[in-house]
Amino acid sequence: MSSNKLAGMLKLALVVGSLQLGSIGLAQADTTILNVSYDPTRELYKDINAAFAEKWAADTGETVMIQTSHGGSGKQARSVIDGLAADVVTLALEADIDAIAAATGKIPADWKSRLANNSAPYTSTIVFLVRKGNPKGIKDWGDLIRDDIQVITPNPKTSGGARWNFLAAWAWARAANNGDEAKAQAYVSELFKHVPVLDTGARGATTTFVQRGLGDVLLAWENEAYLSLDELGPDNFDIVTPSISIKAEPPVALVDGNVDSKGTRKVAEAYLDYLYSDAGQKIVAKHYYRPFKPEAADPEDAARFPEVKLVTIADFGGWKEAQPKFFADGGIFDQIYKPGR
Amino acid sequence: MASRTRMRWRFRQPSVIPGFGLALGVTLTWLTLIVLIPIAGLLWRSSGLGWSKFIALTLDERTVNALTISFGTAFIAAIVNLVFGVVLAWVLVRYRFPGKRVIDAMVDLPFALPTAVAGIALTTLYAPNGWIGAVLEPLGIKIAFTPAGIIVALVFVGLPFVVRTVQPIMEEIDKEVEEAAATLGANRFQTISRVLLPGLLPAGLTGFALAFARGVGEYGSVIFIAGNLPYVSEIAPLLIVIRLEEFNYPAATAIAAVMLLLSFIMLLVINMIQAWSRRRYGHGS
Repeated sequence: MSSNKLAGMLKLALVVGSLQLGSIGLAQADTTILNVSYDPTRELYKDINAAFAEKWAADTGETVMIQTSHGGSGKQARSVIDGLAADVVTLALEADIDAIAAATGKIPADWKSRLANNSAPYTSTIVFLVRKGNPKGIKDWGDLIRDDIQVITPNPKTSGGARWNFLAAWAWARAANNGDEAKAQAYVSELFKHVPVLDTGARGATTTFVQRGLGDVLLAWENEAYLSLDELGPDNFDIVTPSISIKAEPPVALVDGNVDSKGTRKVAEAYLDYLYSDAGQKIVAKHYYRPFKPEAADPEDAARFPEVKLVTIADFGGWKEAQPKFFADGGIFDQIYKPGR
Repeated sequence: MASRTRMRWRFRQPSVIPGFGLALGVTLTWLTLIVLIPIAGLLWRSSGLGWSKFIALTLDERTVNALTISFGTAFIAAIVNLVFGVVLAWVLVRYRFPGKRVIDAMVDLPFALPTAVAGIALTTLYAPNGWIGAVLEPLGIKIAFTPAGIIVALVFVGLPFVVRTVQPIMEEIDKEVEEAAATLGANRFQTISRVLLPGLLPAGLTGFALAFARGVGEYGSVIFIAGNLPYVSEIAPLLIVIRLEEFNYPAATAIAAVMLLLSFIMLLVINMIQAWSRRRYGHGS
């Protein structure tokens, strides 16, 4: 078989394959871009994509089709490293985008400063989901190491969200002990002794808490907690907001290397800018993410976010410092689980 | 037997069917593409570490623990499967009863079911508020989120291997053999232990080896029921995923390479026992 013929057949196979994937939209879309995201943004980006496509068509007369891929944040980052042609990445952790930048060179090292608010168009925080009526009277982080309490959180080694949980707990203990890091570590070590199961991801931990009935409190992203209430009915669970939590900043970035080879830079940039627009921010708030511009959100949506003292990742020296210190091989999380402690 | 030993060293076995050269060529090419190249890639990636680092990574306490848990639970599960798989196969081969075909088909279910589905289903059953877990919980027995849960999951995914390798061999054993043993004065226990089981040993070992190998590498069904606590119920495949989450490809491939090596040694030993028992009891050859 000549190489031309072979290439032709391959192309045909690809076209057939992508038609099936993209169902209706792809056939007439002028451009297709791929947003590689993490798990709990499924519902958010469904709305964002539809609204952006409409706006893009109105502004330019071109149709755009946005495909979104969801999965664990770290796994998604590895897919992009291994060659998944993402136009934009919207992940749970800065460290995951840093890893793509370092491994592929497709994203510049200073990506974080290219968009407003450290490239995080929306933020969230860590709250407690407890059983209805809060039977164990859980109010704050200090209650979680009581003898009668079991805590459900996923494994910080495999779950980006769980790293925010871990740091939020650390931040409270550090503040409660006047900045004493050793006491903070003792508290977090004790906390993880109250964790009976380490699920690999946030949705798995939610299942453990909600379906299996395990544990008294679930450490969860605020948006996930509200989503659970919507899904499972507010009759079964309550949300408790602790006195201190962390500002979780899931960042977004353009994958320059991919948009330039695909010729999609203009639309991909507009897509990310849309997240910061008033319309985008309104959708963000609807999905229980805290918008970067609260004034753009519907007032009743904005009212749903309780005031809470938030530390940020900068208080830990940024992810470049926190990631190796806490979560790398042999880091503090591993030390917590050293036998004989 | 004598003629077989002599011929073993001849490269080309004569056969009535032609095409040995082509068939061997296809076999080797296929095996290279599907098995050898991926494994070589794995070894090549871990070889970048250098010996001292490789040894340090694999002798790390956590890694040793995870490997012990993986191989230990897979071994126990394979033993359980060997015992009950042989009984199950025996019932399916020797007796006729209503619903036999349904049971026969059910044996293959663990092959077809996505392992994650199996894991979620088993966890639902064995969790403290599940049907089985709720019964065991007052007795102080915990299955889900302990190493026992891993064994349950591995017994589930490994079951068909033993049944399906032993079944055809059992079908070949004539009922007359048992009757002959009985007429020669053997009691039932002797018939089973001296006549039937030796003939089944090679097939049983094959089934055991397959179930064991499957159990060592199993991930999907285990992570839901294991609890995943480091040093307690953390399996080696999960540790590999953890190393990947840290973008630590060398460490991940190092653990994988050790698993590969251990599995290969164990399968080789089982193969040798098998060959020995085939020579000793010589069934079907």
